[in-house]
Amino acid sequence: MDLGSFLQYLISGLTIGSTYGLTALGFTIIFNATRVINFAQGEFVMMGGMLSVFFLSAMGAGLFPAIVLAVTCTTLAGVVMERLVIRPVQGANVINIILITIGVSIFIRGLVMLFLGKDTFALPPFMGTESLNFFGATIIPQSLWILTITMFVLVGLRIFFNKTIFGKAMLACSFEQKAAHLVGISVDRMVMLSFAISALVGSIGGVILAPITMTSYDVGILLGLKGFAACILGGLGNPFGAAAGGLIIGVLEALGAGYISSAFKDAFAFIILLAILFVKPSGIFGKAEIERV
Amino acid sequence: MKKILMSLLAMFVVFTAGNVYAGDSIKIGVVASVTGPASFLGEPERNTLVMLEDQINASGGIMGKKLEIIIYDDETEVNKAVLAADRLIRRDRVQAGIGGTTSGNTLAIMSNFTRAQIPLVSMAAAERIVNPVNPWIFKTPQSDRHAVTRILKHAKAQGYQNVAILTVSDGFGQAGREVLRELVPEMGFNLVADEIFGPRDTDMTSQLTRIRNQSPDAIICWGTNPGPAVIARNRQQLRLDIPLYMSHGVASRRFIELAGSAAEGLLLPLGRLAVAEQIPDDHPQKGLLLDYISQYEERFNAPVSSFGGYAWDALMLIKEAIEKGESAEPKSIRDNLEKIQGFVGTGGIFNLSPEDHNGLDESSFVMAVIEDQDWKIVSE
Repeated sequence: MDLGSFLQYLISGLTIGSTYGLTALGFTIIFNATRVINFAQGEFVMMGGMLSVFFLSAMGAGLFPAIVLAVTCTTLAGVVMERLVIRPVQGANVINIILITIGVSIFIRGLVMLFLGKDTFALPPFMGTESLNFFGATIIPQSLWILTITMFVLVGLRIFFNKTIFGKAMLACSFEQKAAHLVGISVDRMVMLSFAISALVGSIGGVILAPITMTSYDVGILLGLKGFAACILGGLGNPFGAAAGGLIIGVLEALGAGYISSAFKDAFAFIILLAILFVKPSGIFGKAEIERV
Repeated sequence: MKKILMSLLAMFVVFTAGNVYAGDSIKIGVVASVTGPASFLGEPERNTLVMLEDQINASGGIMGKKLEIIIYDDETEVNKAVLAADRLIRRDRVQAGIGGTTSGNTLAIMSNFTRAQIPLVSMAAAERIVNPVNPWIFKTPQSDRHAVTRILKHAKAQGYQNVAILTVSDGFGQAGREVLRELVPEMGFNLVADEIFGPRDTDMTSQLTRIRNQSPDAIICWGTNPGPAVIARNRQQLRLDIPLYMSHGVASRRFIELAGSAAEGLLLPLGRLAVAEQIPDDHPQKGLLLDYISQYEERFNAPVSSFGGYAWDALMLIKEAIEKGESAEPKSIRDNLEKIQGFVGTGGIFNLSPEDHNGLDESSFVMAVIEDQDWKIVSE
């Protein structure tokens, strides 16, 4: 086992894993506020990438303005989704709301396919394509961007949840909605905020990933699935567990493809996931749910 | 929406109205995937057939009879393809069939045509369509085998010994992998690595690192967009200077756009349609290809693709067979399709026989290198 190859697998795993992690974060934030798994989360990721390409090529905006526009639009889409389809069915069975999110994901995918086309598109890298040497492995600048931006998003969210009044209010909602309501927190507004933040985080993931992996109207399906697996692995409800889960899945995939067989790349992550769930059903970083009967 | 419905209705009326003068026209039925995931194949095929129908009828039809082409869209769904084939055979009573667009749909409708004893010329590439030979089934696109042979001949001329393959885990990639695993050793190479990637995978550095550790002389990648573009970019990232061959599955401008600077220097087999301007003037296909390109682009205001060419070949081969046998009876069309020799089409020069219902060989491909974001034919 030589160090160069190992580092190469590790870098590629961390890069891809970061975006799984960001997707998983989105799942977690909405889950905490509403107890709902939002299956349109992958679509937020896709919209980040696709809208950036759209604003860049069709509207002729520069790369940076295009990205800001795309992220803003996706965040707004998250808010609109909450207002139009989630709030009207407030209080409905969680399963029903989950089904609605699946419907929304199909709707968004169809819309993007209709207006932006079925092709795969590439977004130019933020800075240079020349790869850098790193102890016998090579790393492209975009990977560094992905890792740095993911770090910033994580730190930002940590500060938001622990230090700001909005963040604390959201946490309160996630613990006990009724109590939060009683102390004067607008639960409605917190739910809307949770959709906005998830869409924001998801679209950032989509934007930073697009220069490496390219993007198309249907990338959200697989990313959503991997992101969901990541947040189960990390423990549903724990944002930092979700991010860690994403990184773990990404690295396992890369190492599995590198050292065992590329044919079963997708299987490794899911086998490990199953194994962990057998041993610790609440996920690696999750607290076991205690229910009083 | 209303407009679409109206035009669909109009199309329906036109198709059914065709039944009135059935006696003195030659009817050819088409099952194509004009919409759905394979629409990028089916749409140019439909366009080409519509254009040829007009051209042939404007110049007096086939043997003085009006040519009538009935096209049903299967929406890239197997069930709809089977229903369409059934309708063409039972209700429209066509004399020959063209289709399907995809290999899956072709394999699904083959038995309908065989049972009805009507010849079918497929526009899909899978080798299974014509191997083993089914007396009633033909196809126009080259087989994977021809592309693999073309690549390996080029590799042999460069003196390469050790070859690694990297294939996508879908139907196209696995069919290619089978042929590669058979022909690579057969043509005297060592197969040193056999890696696989998923059609939606976004990072193939693991596979490429594994391949690098086997230090092959060349890598052959078999897939359709976007995987191969990711591989080209990963290869650039890893600074691999091992030559990389791509399959004809990425013989489109889109691949060059997606891979960007990473596409430079990649080699791939191309049909001559893609590089028509570059082939020598005395090549028999040159005039035909340039005509087809200019007519198509003028009428549809869209760039031509090799997929439309498959439809061109299918229809013109049937026309040739009808004129050869001076009969539009299905049996006569079938018999005469097998006798066609030296027929110049868009895909290559067809030499059909009872044993070979495709009629092309590896010479229907040229090797090209991507240079300055364009293809350039390489001489051996």
